[in-house]
Amino acid sequence: MKTQINNQALLIIIDQLADQLVAAYPDSSNTVLVGIQQGGVIVSNLIDKAIRNKIGNNKTSYLPFEHGQLDITFYRDDVRNKILAPDTMHLPFSIEGKTVILVDDVLFTGRTIKAALDALFDYGRPDRVKLCVLADRPEHRQFPIQADHVGKAIHTQSSDKLKLSVNDQGQAELLLITE
Amino acid sequence: MQLSTKHLLGIKNLNSQDISLILSTAEQFKEVLQRPVKKVPSLREVTIVNLFYENSTRTRISFELAEKRLSADTINFAASSSSAAKGETLLDTVNNILSMKVDMVVMRHSASGAPHFLAEHIPAAIINAGDGINEHPTQALLDAFSIQEKTGSLQGRKVAIIGDIMHSRVAQSNIYLLKKMGAEVVVCGPPTLIPKHIATALGVSVSYNIKETLAWCDVANVLRIQLERQNQVLFSSLREYNIAYGISRQLLDSLHKEIVIMHPGPINRGVELNSDVADSKQSIILQQVENGVAVRMAVLYLLSGRTAQA
Repeated sequence: MKTQINNQALLIIIDQLADQLVAAYPDSSNTVLVGIQQGGVIVSNLIDKAIRNKIGNNKTSYLPFEHGQLDITFYRDDVRNKILAPDTMHLPFSIEGKTVILVDDVLFTGRTIKAALDALFDYGRPDRVKLCVLADRPEHRQFPIQADHVGKAIHTQSSDKLKLSVNDQGQAELLLITE
Repeated sequence: MQLSTKHLLGIKNLNSQDISLILSTAEQFKEVLQRPVKKVPSLREVTIVNLFYENSTRTRISFELAEKRLSADTINFAASSSSAAKGETLLDTVNNILSMKVDMVVMRHSASGAPHFLAEHIPAAIINAGDGINEHPTQALLDAFSIQEKTGSLQGRKVAIIGDIMHSRVAQSNIYLLKKMGAEVVVCGPPTLIPKHIATALGVSVSYNIKETLAWCDVANVLRIQLERQNQVLFSSLREYNIAYGISRQLLDSLHKEIVIMHPGPINRGVELNSDVADSKQSIILQQVENGVAVRMAVLYLLSGRTAQA
């Protein structure tokens, strides 16, 4: 197991993603940020915090995006092979007609995103759905799904595992686990 | 995290981690029931038979709705309109249904132990929806969920179970569950409706005084007088029962504190519960029914793993 992106580098990537999102979605009142449990929620919390810091410094009229959490446990395509306890789902706003930015830690096969889209559409019909990920493993996609905003592309073997982990000091870092 | 059991036969066979897992999963299903689309695809490839050898309104509808909200296929079977009336045995009936590729059986039967018998003889996952005077585990789970939701936790909570304890599977399942989760339990009713050795057998306190019991408790779970299971005279009249053990507004007002009133339904209005109590703000009877769907979804989901059929 080795650290692929340490906390310092991770926060720089988060800052760049926050800049990208603010520039790409000027209509922030019509755009919502939705983190996918569990890693995606950590990333979306950090992006939300970074955007709030930027707005705080510049005193613009730009508002931070509304921010929620999506749990895909009940939508997994392998749900009955392995019964998992669900995480919290929290979407305290309507997504009808909005731009939804889905946030995940690692984009790998695309299965999580497919399940997240299924879950999301049970809450309403968004105008568009965008995908923002901290790390992309572009060689291993099993579905026609690509991210719109990528923090860093990482080239891996399919047997590798990339895992977002929070250390004892509460700092997030991305770990690479090889067999 | 997984349940320690392949079937839900009773609360007796669950441990406190199982109960916590079911209750926390039910919280997430309760969220599902508030959405525009109140349905998840989790059990899309699962077929469930609801086998009801005894009458039921709430439990049957609640299970059926829970199954549909999980996208399972369901078949309903009522003994009164089936070949069971022609003398087919329980095991034959179930084996015939299972040969049509059914994965899970939800079962209510008037004989205590019927689901335990089935669990030994068939490969499907079995959920007990009430067996005779033994257990009604999903009712106890939804009662616990409702208590937790209303008061914050089960640990240290003072719960009174009032009425026909003798004939009540709801009482037995509730006692098992509440004791496992650290609540204090008092059972209260006329001596003829309380089993003699319940205090030593199940670790509860017994009271024959309704007013003292209500003054002690945080939550009163009031049970139905089960006239259909009583084959001898255990109290002189319903009117007398109401006077001695029925809960009225006047009685609640005399307590100087607000307790939570629960009832598993169907209510005998004017017998164990007066209408001005059943329909009051202190009563969470309709929330119990609402929570029943979420709790049953949690049980079905957690027992639906492929390994359960292997």
